Amino acid sequence: MTITEIPSISAEQPATLAGAPQWFADVQSAAWQTFLDTPTPSRRDETWRFGDLKQLDFDGYAPAAFADSNDIDIQISGLDNTSAQFIFANDDLVHAEADLPNGVICLPLADALQQHPELVQKHFQQGSTKLGSAKFAALHTAHLSNGLFVYVPKNIEVELPIEVYHIVSGDQTASFPHTLVVTEDNAKVSVIDYFKSSGEEAGLVIAMNELHAGTGSQLSYSAIQDLNLASKIIQINHTTSERDANAKAFTLNVGAAWARNESLSKLSGSGANSDMLSINIPAGEQRYDQRTFQDHEAPHTNSDLLYKNTLFGKAKTVFSGLIAVADGAHYTDAYQTCRNLLMDDTTEANSMPGLQINADQVKCSHGSTAAAISDEEIFYLQARGIRPRQARQLIARGFSVEVAERLGNEALENLVIEYVDTKFETLS
Amino acid sequence: MSDDTNVIDQETQDAIAIDRAKGDFRFPENHKFDAGYGLNEDTIKYISNVKKEKDWILEFRLKALDVFESKAMPTNWATEDLNNIDFDAIRYYLSDGERPKRSWDDVPDDIKETFERLGIPEQERAFLAGVEAQFDSEAAYSNVKEDLEKQGVIFVNSTEGLREHEEIFRPYFGKVIPTGDNKFSALNSAVFSGGSFIYIPKGLKLKQPLQAYFRINSENFGQFERTLIIADEGSEVMYMEGCTAPQFETSTLHSAVVELVALKGAKIQYVTVQNWSSNVFNLVTKRGMAHEDAEIRWIDCNIGSRLTMKYPGVVMKGEGARGEVISIALANNGQHQDTGAKMIHAADNTTSNVVSKSISVGEGVSTYRGQVHIPKHLKGCKNNTECDALLINSNSRTDTYPAITVRGNQHVTQHEASVSQVSEEMLFYMQQRGISEGAAMSLAVNGFVNDLVREFPMEYSVELKRLIDLEMEGSVG
Repeated sequence: MTITEIPSISAEQPATLAGAPQWFADVQSAAWQTFLDTPTPSRRDETWRFGDLKQLDFDGYAPAAFADSNDIDIQISGLDNTSAQFIFANDDLVHAEADLPNGVICLPLADALQQHPELVQKHFQQGSTKLGSAKFAALHTAHLSNGLFVYVPKNIEVELPIEVYHIVSGDQTASFPHTLVVTEDNAKVSVIDYFKSSGEEAGLVIAMNELHAGTGSQLSYSAIQDLNLASKIIQINHTTSERDANAKAFTLNVGAAWARNESLSKLSGSGANSDMLSINIPAGEQRYDQRTFQDHEAPHTNSDLLYKNTLFGKAKTVFSGLIAVADGAHYTDAYQTCRNLLMDDTTEANSMPGLQINADQVKCSHGSTAAAISDEEIFYLQARGIRPRQARQLIARGFSVEVAERLGNEALENLVIEYVDTKFETLS
Repeated sequence: MSDDTNVIDQETQDAIAIDRAKGDFRFPENHKFDAGYGLNEDTIKYISNVKKEKDWILEFRLKALDVFESKAMPTNWATEDLNNIDFDAIRYYLSDGERPKRSWDDVPDDIKETFERLGIPEQERAFLAGVEAQFDSEAAYSNVKEDLEKQGVIFVNSTEGLREHEEIFRPYFGKVIPTGDNKFSALNSAVFSGGSFIYIPKGLKLKQPLQAYFRINSENFGQFERTLIIADEGSEVMYMEGCTAPQFETSTLHSAVVELVALKGAKIQYVTVQNWSSNVFNLVTKRGMAHEDAEIRWIDCNIGSRLTMKYPGVVMKGEGARGEVISIALANNGQHQDTGAKMIHAADNTTSNVVSKSISVGEGVSTYRGQVHIPKHLKGCKNNTECDALLINSNSRTDTYPAITVRGNQHVTQHEASVSQVSEEMLFYMQQRGISEGAAMSLAVNGFVNDLVREFPMEYSVELKRLIDLEMEGSVG
């Protein structure tokens, strides 16, 4: 095995994906140009207000050499029952198994580009990135080498979730996972992305997921981020819901030194419904930065966002959410709640819950709170013989569980709570 | 501007016209001192020279000009409409060179008539402790009741304040709002003129409010008044300001800086009813510093102007300090009310409260921007923020952009916002009882802001209700 020096991700244009159709090569070349042309976010950018700009120095990070991926130690902790399971190590597919209904396409993106080029092209990056990371979305696309493409045709329901593991390994290794999920009319699917590290070295993940929920379909997506404490991640989500579709996008953050999540949900058909959920438990020096956008384009649409942060140690969170109701998107119901539970005196929570309303007959509200557990609550449990320390843990756990319960899938709910409990254990 | 007004239906136009009628008149200009159009070092030297200012003030102004020129327009977060301000087409200083009159009879006839038509002297006789009336750059009339003056109350304009009472005002001047706070505070620091400098001595509780009235009479004129209120330990004061301008063809700029200092246990209430004509850019920086156990309340109502950007703030510097912002904004066609509040907690056990209600009519845009900041190592800080928006027509618009930073786990903050409209059911209910649709809408809107209107002094709340009624007329349909 020869070791070749791979240039840093921002140093020179990477080769386009081998074997992919010409349109994809064009997209990748254009993305590199966009990356070069787009200025690095600065203090003056509202989308980076309170954000940690010094995290954006990606100098020295480089994609891994594929040949090494078989040596990576992979530990997974997911669901017992799944309909498909894919494992990528440093963007290289190392394991795949699937038991899916006929007609469902569930392939590594590199294969899907060869076997179903038109279908991928129709849905690939149709949304815009306007929450601050346009430059890094472009960088992601230029470097994109793999990921998963899921296509569920009309009226087909995939009962068990599809799991995708993205493992990063090696010092200053960069990874660019991409998940593209399409549900046609009245179809149903649930996809879970896991972002994990192998080893303790600093990795970088710039991930993107695109969800297209067709008319009357149900699309559920979860991202479980459990990277090691030396790694960074930018995760960009784009959801589109057509008429009467039901989309659910959930993010759990327990790992990484710095995680930036940008989640945009576009409601483009009447009757569409979007749930945006997140549980975040930063501790120590962890920094989580979340930007959300509920984009109501059509009338009679609903969106409901619930983000809960439990902060320990010197953790810092930023939440910036915006509900936008377009001209004519009447009869919109849009809700946005961000709640911060401050467990230590050295935590910092920043909230910017925003509204932009251009229509009437709308019901919109947002709420943001930041507080510690009250003495009354502790006292209540103490009076029942529970020690204060344990009481605090119980209350903090219950705080996160409320979000997990909205996932609407018991197995997934239990899995998420398991991750939450594991995180709490490291803190006690 | 003209693009926006074209789309107003005739009925609304009439309603607005009635409303403005009171303020929409002007007298021929008669200026002895005119700094001309545009802004440069000479403009500032001219102003400073006319005012016979000390060197340190001129230096302060020139430094501010540098800061103003070095700062970019805040269009990265604010509206692009700011780019329509042509700083070269504005006149920065106009005055007749007369000292403010202490007796109403001495005020020149046209100015006297201006303020009489606006009802100022009448109000003074009725219930005010002191009045200042500013006409373009300088105060035309300034009076404070004699017994208050004897007790040590100072109520003068900025020039006089810095000249006659430098030892009182200089230590606080530009300290609550530094020159570099934002582009417009820098502009004000460079060319300020007029405004009120007020000192309330220890323990004195003013039972009657002080009032200032600001009037723009000349076209293309920028008004840059500077207000500094110092309430010494244990004192209390209520200050009210009103403002109008005639409807000119071109846009006019009003950019004030208002600094409040409430020393230990003092209480300041600052009431604004802003009814500029709809071509005024109203870009105002207002902030108070509340020391131990002091309280600062901003009671702010914005009905006029083309674009208002105003976020009154309170820095709670001493333990137990309280800050409050009560805000009502009404945005009609062609108007953008971009208002909000800043609450900076800088000591333990400080409490702040923000209640904002906005109404968007026709194509009006109302925006709430808020900042709540609770730094590390403090304990027992509380903030409550509520913003409610009411949309009247389907093309009305409202935005809310709060920012809340909490460090540490010994604080409580909550923020809530809602957007709603007057329901069909509510209107139907009233119409059934013989109330016309327009009147029903007015009632509903007045009901929406009623709990805040009560916070205003009585005379103002009556006036406010009337203004809201007028603005709402013709908005249904």
